[in-house]
Amino acid sequence: MRKNLNVIAAYSIMMVLILMVGIFQSWNIALSIFNLCLISAVMTMGANIQWGYAGLINFGIMGYTALGGLAAVLISVDPVQEAWRAGGFDILMSLWLIVVMVLVIRFVLKRFEKSKIRTYSIAVIIISGILFIRFSAEPGIEAIEAVDPAKTGFLGGFGLPIIFSWIVGALFAGGLAFIVGKVALGLRADYLAIATLLISEIVIAIIKHEDWLTRGVKNVIGLKRPAPYEVDLQTTDWFIKLVEKFNAGKLSVIENLADRQAALNQLVIEGSSVFVKLCYSGLFLVVVIILLTLTQKALYSPWGRMMRAIRDNEEAANAMGKNVVKQHLLIFILGSAIVGIAGAMLVTQDGLFTPGSYRPMRYTFLIWVMVIVGGSGNNFGAILGGFVVWFLWIEAAPISLFLINFFTAGIPETNALKAHLIESVPYFRFLLMGLGLLFIMRYRPKGILPEKIEIK
Amino acid sequence: MDFVNAIILLLNYIFIPALTYGSQLALGAIFVTLIYGILRFANFATGDMMSFGTMMTILFTWYFQSLGVSLGVLPTALLAIPFGIIFMIIYMLLIDKFVFKYYRNQKSPPVQFAMVSIGVMFVTQAVVRIIIGPGDRRFFDGEKFIIKAREFKEITGLNEGLAIKSTQVITIFVTIVLVSLLFWFLNRTKTGKSMKAYSDNEDLALLSGIDPKKIVLVTWVIAGILATIGGALYGLDKSFKPFTYFNNMLPIFAAAIVGGIGNPFGAFLGGYVIAFSEILLTYAYKKFFMYILPESMEPNSLVQLLSTDYKFAVSFSILVIVLIYRPSGIFKGKVL
Repeated sequence: MRKNLNVIAAYSIMMVLILMVGIFQSWNIALSIFNLCLISAVMTMGANIQWGYAGLINFGIMGYTALGGLAAVLISVDPVQEAWRAGGFDILMSLWLIVVMVLVIRFVLKRFEKSKIRTYSIAVIIISGILFIRFSAEPGIEAIEAVDPAKTGFLGGFGLPIIFSWIVGALFAGGLAFIVGKVALGLRADYLAIATLLISEIVIAIIKHEDWLTRGVKNVIGLKRPAPYEVDLQTTDWFIKLVEKFNAGKLSVIENLADRQAALNQLVIEGSSVFVKLCYSGLFLVVVIILLTLTQKALYSPWGRMMRAIRDNEEAANAMGKNVVKQHLLIFILGSAIVGIAGAMLVTQDGLFTPGSYRPMRYTFLIWVMVIVGGSGNNFGAILGGFVVWFLWIEAAPISLFLINFFTAGIPETNALKAHLIESVPYFRFLLMGLGLLFIMRYRPKGILPEKIEIK
Repeated sequence: MDFVNAIILLLNYIFIPALTYGSQLALGAIFVTLIYGILRFANFATGDMMSFGTMMTILFTWYFQSLGVSLGVLPTALLAIPFGIIFMIIYMLLIDKFVFKYYRNQKSPPVQFAMVSIGVMFVTQAVVRIIIGPGDRRFFDGEKFIIKAREFKEITGLNEGLAIKSTQVITIFVTIVLVSLLFWFLNRTKTGKSMKAYSDNEDLALLSGIDPKKIVLVTWVIAGILATIGGALYGLDKSFKPFTYFNNMLPIFAAAIVGGIGNPFGAFLGGYVIAFSEILLTYAYKKFFMYILPESMEPNSLVQLLSTDYKFAVSFSILVIVLIYRPSGIFKGKVL
């Protein structure tokens, strides 16, 4: 118990902070912060598996998040029959061609010795294949995008419950990680960082501009929900009774019957939104707990020990007969798949998919700040990092506004500098994150909750 | 006649824009490659440092404009660039003193440096946004065109116009001068040679009496000059927006690695490789073929290999291919 004291203390402080937001700002804000903290925690667990367990640097988190989001769209949206009729055949043909191309390349790789001619012929196959597919699919894509472009203009999905997308998102992200890992894992650490960052940008570019698949920057809105809708809750009897029961004390003070009814209505509207967020919190908590249990088990298993050995001394681990390349690929896929789950969860919560919103600052670098600040190699640390950093990211604006007002209290409102500072309050979050990262890296390089390895 | 028209078309839409964009990338790429070669880390704050230098230039431009000082037909920003450079260098040296120096003394691995540079990236982004805001700013003044498309058509009597913007000429001219000076400095002076020696083999350089503090200082000074001029030229040619500068970091990285990281000349050429391939692959050649092919063979489609949305993706794909097949870059940089 004693040795876990700092963990318990850190998490209690975090919970108190979120509760304080609930009390002083509103429960709605507190819960939405809490939900995003949970999603961030899943992302940091993914990044932590790669960086903390194996020392692999992955700056492509944004790409896997977006793929998870794409999975949510493809799973939950109803198929657009008309679009399938218009261009489905062309798209399927192109898919076949891609499969054929991959098979041909595999055949060439297997059949011939490594030589310059082989490399060039593979390049020719890839380039001519891409050109051929592009021109042959063009009419189909145009036909699909022409189907009611204001509402659909894409193929749609499978019309299944959105929860399934959490698994499919993991598969998508894992699949991409397999390809990226095969290509890039041999690179030295900082090149791997740059390569993964650029590959994730390519993924985003494709998601943004292949309208037949994702609707691109036109966004997909109104995705199905695993949780009830606010509007339905507000007319459900048991929910109104529940709200009445919870607020019995408050309501009984009001004498006038009409006033009481109005107050109740207001409470029901607020309560419905809180209730929906609570549903999400519950779902996300389940995911976080399952993942945490699994990752903790993995960390203390023989496999976890092997990963640490590979991380700390690759050559020695190699000499002991561990297949470093294979294990690196495996952990790269696992970590990315977890990030994919988080991406699907994010889109599930928002109910919309906006490819334009995926930016490396928010989805790659911020996640890295979380991992480093929380404590890489320690799952509890990484999750805590997700909570702390997301909390500060949201609350930085009010905090800095308060500080600016506090320090410039004597200066009149009309002062140009003060007005300018207050106007640029949203950007203080970047400053806070940067300084936080720099200070942690300098004075507590292992994070708030450092890695602790117990031999059991 | 049609043939000349086709050539002018390519010059106007591909060659000159790519040369300009390539020059801007090349300056950034030399900045990345110098930091990588001498200080030995991938600087993720590259784009934001460039935006800081550009911001200082813009502030001085506004100041000079308010004083009524101008260069006539040339943009006032050219006058402001030296002042921007001074502030950029001061900022970089401060960052180095308070942030990077500690890790250099600790001999931290490059990954840790990269992480620290992400911290610097966040801070610089905040500083730029707090001072000048996130919006789009244009600070170009003076004469916009050297030749307008319409004038060109009137003079030559061709169907295709050739428009040359003064910013394009300034960019190419300044880049040539700056890069030649830089290579003269690196190859001919004692300090430049000792920088190369330090980059090649740190221990050996230290043994032969090279002062590492001086090397680091000179590196940051050159980096400041390159970052400010590169950023300001990009801002003059297009516009200044902090987010765009952050994004430009990626093609700049691509240029530096494609050229062979740690090799300034490679980085210089890498900038053009990236710029030309981006523009060549995303240009719609329909009009070009209309000029050179007989009427019966004219294409119906746009004859565009990739849509312009994939401009960035092109350069990143090139980078990925280079990383896989020739990790030391086209022009042999450090072996990875």
